[in-house]
Amino acid sequence: MNQQETGAGEIKISARDVQVHYGDNHALVDVSVDISDKMVTAFIGPSGCGKSTFLRCLNRMNDTIDGCRVEGDIRLDGEDIYAPEVDPVHLRARVGMVFQKPNPFPKSIYDNVAYGPRIHGLAKNRSELDEIVEKSLRRGAIWDEVKDRLDAPGTSLSGGQQQRLCIARAIATSPEVLLMDEPCSALDPIATAQIEELIDELRRQFCVIMVTHSMQQAARVSQRTAFFHLGQLVEYGETGQIFTNPSDPRTESYITGRIG
Amino acid sequence: MHEQKHHIATAFDRDLEKIQALIMKMGGLVEVAIHQAARSLDERDVELAEKVRAADREIDALEEQINHEAARVIAIRAPAASDLRTVLSVMKIAANLERCGDYAKNLAKRTSVLVQGPPVGGTTRSVRRLAREVERMLKDVLDAFMRRDAELAEEVRLRDQEVDQMYNALFREFLTHMMEDPRNITPCMHLHFIAKNIERTGDHITNIAEQVIYMVTGEIPDEPRPKGDRTSYAGGEKRKG
Repeated sequence: MNQQETGAGEIKISARDVQVHYGDNHALVDVSVDISDKMVTAFIGPSGCGKSTFLRCLNRMNDTIDGCRVEGDIRLDGEDIYAPEVDPVHLRARVGMVFQKPNPFPKSIYDNVAYGPRIHGLAKNRSELDEIVEKSLRRGAIWDEVKDRLDAPGTSLSGGQQQRLCIARAIATSPEVLLMDEPCSALDPIATAQIEELIDELRRQFCVIMVTHSMQQAARVSQRTAFFHLGQLVEYGETGQIFTNPSDPRTESYITGRIG
Repeated sequence: MHEQKHHIATAFDRDLEKIQALIMKMGGLVEVAIHQAARSLDERDVELAEKVRAADREIDALEEQINHEAARVIAIRAPAASDLRTVLSVMKIAANLERCGDYAKNLAKRTSVLVQGPPVGGTTRSVRRLAREVERMLKDVLDAFMRRDAELAEEVRLRDQEVDQMYNALFREFLTHMMEDPRNITPCMHLHFIAKNIERTGDHITNIAEQVIYMVTGEIPDEPRPKGDRTSYAGGEKRKG
């Protein structure tokens, strides 16, 4: 397969022989994959296939789960993200995350976005912070809708707006990678289309990795698709290829809606 | 051939089966049309020719129905992978079958004209043989479609060369008759159109074979298939002298 040829970017994340255990449960088996910069990579697969587990390995979210053991090698720009000297908090500023349910802090719209830059000391003064907040909200494609009510609580927005606010919050710390765990599954079709449009815009600046249960969404939004099944990475390739002519029969069964 | 697993949504299976059944029905009608048109010519049976002309309407209607059903499946099911390829192929196969039907109808039309004069040697027998070969290709390509058999489709694709060669021979036969007696020119012109149309039917069947290969394997055969039709160059060598 010509995995490297369609690539806009260089390899941003490189994983080798990744294993994840939750206690006795071997949740992820021998996953090796190279994820390119400046494009959207979608992880698809049935529930429990390991796709979210793998996503959460990429910013060490699994560290917080008791009994979870991650083995193997995951590199961000060639640096081992599980090396002892790496501070997970700092890593998560570089590898931002957006969750399934919009989860704005119970704070103002402004403070939701300003929170990350404040704790990471990215702004020297209020006007710099204002600038970061505005820029992030613009990139989150929500500025026009909230610019007149930045003091309103983030929770007062609609679901789709809250999710775009969360994306703005995630990019406020200028991350390099954006992880999205089913970012649209709680949204209506119009809000979904807006988020998808935004994701397509974001890939110019970021490496975007998205877990989705909607195969149509993976097909619409991503340039690469990875199919996970029973903890294994079954197939990884150019999205158009995966959806017209997958090479593994398990991928075929899953994307055509047949019993696997 | 490999077993296709069932969709979780059984209605999706029914939709796809319905479209494939329509293709088989349409293909069957085209097979009959080619057979009867060639027979009407050889046996100078105007009534049969008239039947072939009338039957083409049903073939056209089937193409429309197939396109309609395929569009519906695309809109409702968003097919992917082999399902998507099946729907895409089915639309192209229907279009090719429709053309084959038109050629059979045209043959039948010319039968009505040709029976008004005396037969030209054994030409209609040769035309019928050509048609029979094409009929066999059609039957096999429909089998290949039904069984999702890419190997059989490839075999059909290569057989088109034989049709081309038979057509070349016919072309020369017509030339000979026309040179022998100018009164043969009118019937031979009609006969030549008929032979050319049957040869083109073979090309359309080849297209169908390629669609079957795409449907099964996801790849369109790219190596050029051997071309046996040399009549574009016929007569050229004489002018040089």
